[in-house]
Amino acid sequence: MSKPLQLPLPGFEQTRARWRQAYEAQTAHTVPQHNRSGIELKPLYTPEDWDSGRYMVDLGLPGEAPMTRGIYASMHRGRPWSQRQLIGLGTPEDYNRRLKQIMASGANAVSLIPCNSVYRGFDADQVDPLLLGTCGAVVNTVDDMETCFAEVDLAALSTAMNDPLPFTLLAFVLAMAERRGVPWTQVTGTSNQSDYISHFVANHMFFRLSLPGSRRVLLDHIKFCNERVPNWNPLSVVGQHMQQAGATPAEAMAFTLCSAIQYAEDCLAAGLEPTRFLPRFTFFFDISMSFFEEIAKFRAGRRIWGRIVRERFGVTDPRASRFKFHAQTSGVDLTRQQPLNNIARVAAQAAAGILGGLQSLHTDAYDEVLSVPTEAAARIAVNTQNILREEAGLGEVIDPLGGSYYVESLTNRMEEQIETLIGTIDAAGGMYQAVSAGLVQRMIGESAFAFQDRVETGQQVVVGVNKYQREDNPGERSPLERPDPALMERQLEKLHRFKAERNDAAVRAALDGLAEAATHDRGNVFEAVVNAAGAGVTHGEICACLRRELGDGQPLILA
Amino acid sequence: MRSDTPARVLVTKVGLDGHDRGSRIVSAYLRDAGMEVIYTSPWQQIPAVVNLALQEDVEVIGISSLATDHLLLPKLMDALREAGLHHIRVVVGGIIPDEDERMLLDAGISRVFHPGATREDIIDAFATLAQEARTTAE
Repeated sequence: MSKPLQLPLPGFEQTRARWRQAYEAQTAHTVPQHNRSGIELKPLYTPEDWDSGRYMVDLGLPGEAPMTRGIYASMHRGRPWSQRQLIGLGTPEDYNRRLKQIMASGANAVSLIPCNSVYRGFDADQVDPLLLGTCGAVVNTVDDMETCFAEVDLAALSTAMNDPLPFTLLAFVLAMAERRGVPWTQVTGTSNQSDYISHFVANHMFFRLSLPGSRRVLLDHIKFCNERVPNWNPLSVVGQHMQQAGATPAEAMAFTLCSAIQYAEDCLAAGLEPTRFLPRFTFFFDISMSFFEEIAKFRAGRRIWGRIVRERFGVTDPRASRFKFHAQTSGVDLTRQQPLNNIARVAAQAAAGILGGLQSLHTDAYDEVLSVPTEAAARIAVNTQNILREEAGLGEVIDPLGGSYYVESLTNRMEEQIETLIGTIDAAGGMYQAVSAGLVQRMIGESAFAFQDRVETGQQVVVGVNKYQREDNPGERSPLERPDPALMERQLEKLHRFKAERNDAAVRAALDGLAEAATHDRGNVFEAVVNAAGAGVTHGEICACLRRELGDGQPLILA
Repeated sequence: MRSDTPARVLVTKVGLDGHDRGSRIVSAYLRDAGMEVIYTSPWQQIPAVVNLALQEDVEVIGISSLATDHLLLPKLMDALREAGLHHIRVVVGGIIPDEDERMLLDAGISRVFHPGATREDIIDAFATLAQEARTTAE
């Protein structure tokens, strides 16, 4: 082993003085640079900023504490990141067609994005038909789920369900698996929208129950999956919504870790076994244009979560402290002006996520800012990942920026800022209390305004928006794709037929069972949701029942 | 009659989506510019928006749409006319495809803002439209 560099380095002081003089002569009028989290950036980083003698304390090796360099020994060499593109538009038949296309191109990790009507807890016959299927697939029943996965081997793929509580989509999948004779132990994937705190704070897109009701349903879901669907990740703690809503990268990481702490404490209080539930915690983040800051955010987050698991929860099993995360490139950083520029933005963001050690990646289509993405744009997004991996070789070396004076120093600074924010939330009584009181919402709102100010004043350059503007070329815009209204009409007829043909007594019994489980602390609410899904109860009916029993939830309005 | 009193505007979201970064920022801009801003939670139904506009006597309604909820806006325009609120001006901002923009302007929406719209533009448009609404109402 080579000897670590020790300060003072021979000749360093004199060289530094000379460099500083030259630097200052060339940069008389430069203003201090700050990243999005407000950390001042020096023009140059040297061994003064990070001492490689701290290697074993700060970095270690991948797959081992402190996890900075990655959560697996082999990282992207042993396990290339999953290309998990969001898909969902139109009817279950449309979804099935797109799913098979994606699988034919080699994907084994897919997602299911339901229609906004599903997100909000409604069936197709409860909302304005104009909106149906325009942002995701309309899935209301176990039969719809059968259509979504027709001729697809459930055990051969891992599915990220954009499935907010009460997790009816997973319930439909489990009912379908039972019909097909696939054991639940072979069902793998993630409940991608299970973090109700992030929905309450930042993304008011999802069905919501009162906060106490949400807390109860999530806990029952984790408990049920841990026992009965052990290869399913019931929880994905989401920083993406908060960062898209305006949180700085450091805030988004800190608040996400605080939510994870809250959920782990809730599980512990319910008597769940940490070596069982912690390895199934996953995370989901945004990757903004702030390239090095994002890399440092992920490295710092990985280190802090490992420490939280070991020190706060006293769990030493390394599987429990693995900070497994999916990331998505940032929609709010894309521009409507000169939209093809977004391809370059997405590539830079994706590169930062990969260098930050992600496990799974969604790259945005360049036309996301114009409309729901078209298929042609979605293909470029997938190929952006292929190019970064197979042409640029970003996965060839583990944590390739490890040891960079800048990246290590920035990782440390981000870590300090994230730890300070965690301290603020701890002092407010934890994340559940902090969001109930509106503290987190206020902080995110302030950061959103501050960022917008930087764009308005030109301090934050946005190419094509506040610099390098030119007349838009309409030829760059791809044609709009909307579901065929006739197909939606047929989907509504299918729903009516489904309701007419099902066993009414079984439906009534299942709904009674659901209400019973929700009102008494004894039963498991998610188990009752699974039973209801199998008995032919629809998504909208399940959500309505829980809304009635556990209370509706409205976002806190601070404006 | 009351051209010296602050403009009264309603900032809201109809339909199913709830991404509210844009509507919050726009509300703050308008409030900082001295307007009276009524701000609601997302997921409003059209009759509720009409009622609120009536009760609060607003001059401009700003609708934020990040998914496809703007497809409902011709129905909002019809409902405003049915309620006799011809003077109220409606502005939309968010992810609005070109094809939809034409449809919205044809339906009587006064202005469509896209990502990248500046603070100044937004404030000017609301102020001008509020003035127009007053003149029409008188």
